[in-house]
Amino acid sequence: MFANMTSGLDFQAQALVLRAERQRIIASNIANADTPGYVARDLNFKEAMNNALGGSLHASSTSNNSTTHPQHIALGNAGSSGPSTLAYVAQTQPSLDGNSVDLDRERASFVDNAVRYEATLRFINNDSKTILSAIQGQ
Amino acid sequence: MSMFSIFNVSGSAISAQSQRLNVVASNLANADAVAGPDGQGYKGRQVVFETASMGSDASPGVRVSAIRESNEPLRKVHNPGHPSADADGYVTQSNVNPIEEMVNMISASRSYQNNVEVMNTAKTLLIKTLQMGQ
Repeated sequence: MFANMTSGLDFQAQALVLRAERQRIIASNIANADTPGYVARDLNFKEAMNNALGGSLHASSTSNNSTTHPQHIALGNAGSSGPSTLAYVAQTQPSLDGNSVDLDRERASFVDNAVRYEATLRFINNDSKTILSAIQGQ
Repeated sequence: MSMFSIFNVSGSAISAQSQRLNVVASNLANADAVAGPDGQGYKGRQVVFETASMGSDASPGVRVSAIRESNEPLRKVHNPGHPSADADGYVTQSNVNPIEEMVNMISASRSYQNNVEVMNTAKTLLIKTLQMGQ
């Protein structure tokens, strides 16, 4: 009974951890926007979420359709978790020093991810309030 | 808590960019410097960035790996009345190109601002995370 109530919380908690991870990776891309030879990376959120939930996410996760953005290149399935969900971002405007960070896109991704992180937080807050009011029964 | 390392990553970038700004300031300040008696004028300097590991392979930071001197030839200006002029009336000045330095300065300051914004966003998110369930 109680497990049913908190299963939604578990799901959102996993999502929150992955959002924080992606936020960190994008911050790193922005920090290295001027570093020669740096290759921008991004987290394949769908794949990572699927791994975190033990493959229970019902989605057509075919390998050629598993990037979050049409310009992301999917990496091979090296492992079950962590690094295998990290992909390299395809270059839009190649630069002479080998740096593949597109600052505009990274900033957009950063804001987008921040909003989604907040949304996940609100889901958790509201879920916990619902559980509390059910427990208190007032 | 993985979000805390954003402060390390962006902090390293801010530190590297401010070092770049320092070098630009030094170059601009010496743009019109005249060579001393040994004939060696001021040579422009440039920072070289490289990625620095911040504990995790997925999110590296930045550091300044070297500060190199420019190899461009020193500028020679014909000014026979100048006390430092050589026998042909030429004065040796630095090899700094002020326009390039100004562009470098704008780029460094924009990158600095970007990283400050990243840290502010991370801070807001962390504060909201700490208030979870209240």
